Amino acid sequence: MSTDIEKLHDDHDHGPSSGIMRWITTTNHKDIGTMYLWFSLIMFFIGGLMALVIRAELFQPGLQLVVPGFFNQMTTMHALVMIFGAVMPAFVGLANWQLPIMIGAPDMALPRLNNWSFWILPFAFTMMLSTLFMESGGPAAGWTLYPPLSLQGGDSFPFTILAIHMLGVSSILGAINVIATILNMRAPGMTLMKMPIFVWTWLITAFLLIASMPVLAGAVTMLLTDKFFGTMFFTASGGGDPVMFQHIFWFFGHPEVYILILPAFGIVSTIIPAFSRKRLFGYDSMVYATASIALLSFIVWAHHMFTVGMPLAGEIFFMFTTMLIAIPTGVKVFNWVATMWRGSMTFETPMLFAIAFIVLFTIGGFSGLMLAMVPADFQYHDTYFVVAHFHYVLVPGAVFAIMAAVYYWLPKWTGKMYNEGLGKLHFWLTTIFVNLTFFPMHFVGLAGMPRRIPDYAVQFADFNAIASVGAFGFGLSQLLFVYILFNTLKKDVTAEDKVWEGAEGLEWTLSSPPPYHSFEKAPTVD
Amino acid sequence: MSESNSYYVPHASSWPFLATVSVVVLFIGAANYMNGYASGSTVMLMGLAFLLIVSYGWFSAVIQESEAGIYNAQVDISFRWGMVWFIFSEVMFFAAFFGALYYARELSLPWLGGEGSKVSTNLFLWPQFESVWPSNGPTNANGEFTLVKAGGIPAINTMLLLTSGLTVTWAHHGLKEQNRKKLIYGLATTVLLGFIFVGFQAYEYMHAYSDLNLKMTSGIYGSTFYMLTGFHGFHVTLGAIMLSVILFRCMKGHFAGDNHFGFEAVAWYWHFVDVVWLGLFIFVYWL
Repeated sequence: MSTDIEKLHDDHDHGPSSGIMRWITTTNHKDIGTMYLWFSLIMFFIGGLMALVIRAELFQPGLQLVVPGFFNQMTTMHALVMIFGAVMPAFVGLANWQLPIMIGAPDMALPRLNNWSFWILPFAFTMMLSTLFMESGGPAAGWTLYPPLSLQGGDSFPFTILAIHMLGVSSILGAINVIATILNMRAPGMTLMKMPIFVWTWLITAFLLIASMPVLAGAVTMLLTDKFFGTMFFTASGGGDPVMFQHIFWFFGHPEVYILILPAFGIVSTIIPAFSRKRLFGYDSMVYATASIALLSFIVWAHHMFTVGMPLAGEIFFMFTTMLIAIPTGVKVFNWVATMWRGSMTFETPMLFAIAFIVLFTIGGFSGLMLAMVPADFQYHDTYFVVAHFHYVLVPGAVFAIMAAVYYWLPKWTGKMYNEGLGKLHFWLTTIFVNLTFFPMHFVGLAGMPRRIPDYAVQFADFNAIASVGAFGFGLSQLLFVYILFNTLKKDVTAEDKVWEGAEGLEWTLSSPPPYHSFEKAPTVD
Repeated sequence: MSESNSYYVPHASSWPFLATVSVVVLFIGAANYMNGYASGSTVMLMGLAFLLIVSYGWFSAVIQESEAGIYNAQVDISFRWGMVWFIFSEVMFFAAFFGALYYARELSLPWLGGEGSKVSTNLFLWPQFESVWPSNGPTNANGEFTLVKAGGIPAINTMLLLTSGLTVTWAHHGLKEQNRKKLIYGLATTVLLGFIFVGFQAYEYMHAYSDLNLKMTSGIYGSTFYMLTGFHGFHVTLGAIMLSVILFRCMKGHFAGDNHFGFEAVAWYWHFVDVVWLGLFIFVYWL
């Protein structure tokens, strides 16, 4: 089968077709990656607006703007939109764009499946968001959908469950494609331990996705049959147990947490060496640390439910396994700092986001360590301290890494350079406001303010007001990000092929923007 | 990795998009049906019909491309990895239900019965309740029921599925030896055994509903029983349909002795449903 690519190609063209059908029928990894990234940005703003509704209501104690039922719909939807609509699609978009050009392939391994996994998303989210306009409102039991509360919802319930099924299918298909691409499409000579670290983190993430998303599908299927078909999985009077749902859910939920952060580790491990002009410190240990984190993620799930009344042996087991994760994570943070040590560093926007990631993600990691301790968690559980913790790992963690990646690779994707001054401004505004939003939540949380409640005691008022100001500042700063993107797209200055002096990898050997079928002949890696 | 220096990149296709649309129609119909709206079932059936048409179209397109010989060795390996990981995702889907069975049986039911540190759970909720498997819970949900005996239909079904695992392997040998007769007879037997299994399973359900009073509503036992065997039966049905398609293709002369991924993918899938059945037989029917 050594026929040339032209002969194999049915329509013989190398460019895209035109009009809307290009995007609907495309099998091209760049087109699909671009759609994923735009979709993710739109969802980021929709989820962000919901967060602003929450913060506006919490600006002052008492009930001002929304009724509690709608507030609950906002907290639920904000989480679902941000996790499944913003962060995960952003990472899949980055994988689509980057994996083929990083491993020297023409495209993803299964391009039509790729198209399918993208196009499921807008439809699933339309279905899920449409429930907000139903008479009985959207889902309001929290994104974790704990029964019996989630079973008491209105008409939105089956729509939410089936939308989650679709998102699961999308993620699984996307992950299968990523694994097939990485295992089968690497350029000759690129052994596993020569792969770029971003590729490694995505390989492991894809494994986590395939192992955990079907478990979520099982969990929500049981919710559905409990509600509509008379099964009693989560009903104690029939011998079931509502806590069982929590176990099954978090068996998915904890790997999911690492699905949201491992690709971010890969991005930061790519950017830090580029702007330190040194090779990544401890490449092998990074790979092993990532794999260890992934494997540990399957045996820590019940730390989300320490207060549910588990046997003592369970509490202790899950406490220690959780703390164990600090070791490979510590290896990573050490390696990033050691990479910068004595490097000739420069501080372009991607590097700023990456450094802020290290500092702020580590804060989130430390609060996670506090939450891992059973006796301490009895105090912190379901308070704003938890909210502060996971927002520190998700916003200045995952979201910052995505921003860093966009600034880092945007010149490669578009062939045009973004405005460095505006990028830095965006970085500083974002960093200041993100801390203003989430840092005070630690204080109110430790003092006992519960999460997911639209009202609070007056002693929490000042810190909540600060957090709300920070949230609106953060939201507005992201409009600058959109401006920078459009401003870059309409420029006519072209970026160099190797945009960054210290950058390494196959993607920089291609033109900026790269040809439609990235590598038509496999490059050789030595 | 590619020894040759060329790649195969498929052309654009509307099938994935159409598949999404059909699934959305199916799901909107299903959600409305569950919410009790009259229009729901019609929309749901429309979506299902649409999905079947799209599946037919998409698979036909892929089969035509495959028969035209435009898939190279690298594509073949991508397909293999895709199928392997798809089956792994299915394993994890069943793992959720097996996990629920384990948790209910070994943990939550004994706790309801007051085991270990959960004495007060029992005392305050249902002090008369003793935890014995099988159970429909402390309120005797849906009344007394009788079990399906492992030695009856389930044992026959185990034999059927295990035999079908052998016949599909026999057919595979036929394909590799280019012995079409062996291939087609082996495959036809497998399909037949698969559908007999599904028939027995349907008979067993009717028997359980009408004679044993074992229903989905029979507490946690009924829930786990029907969820596990139901999803398995659904997968056997799908697998048997897939095998039928492969049989039909074999009769049309598709597949070469050294190049027949479609056959192998379906055979892997068939072995997977076989293995899940063994788990069911042991943990649901027998123990």
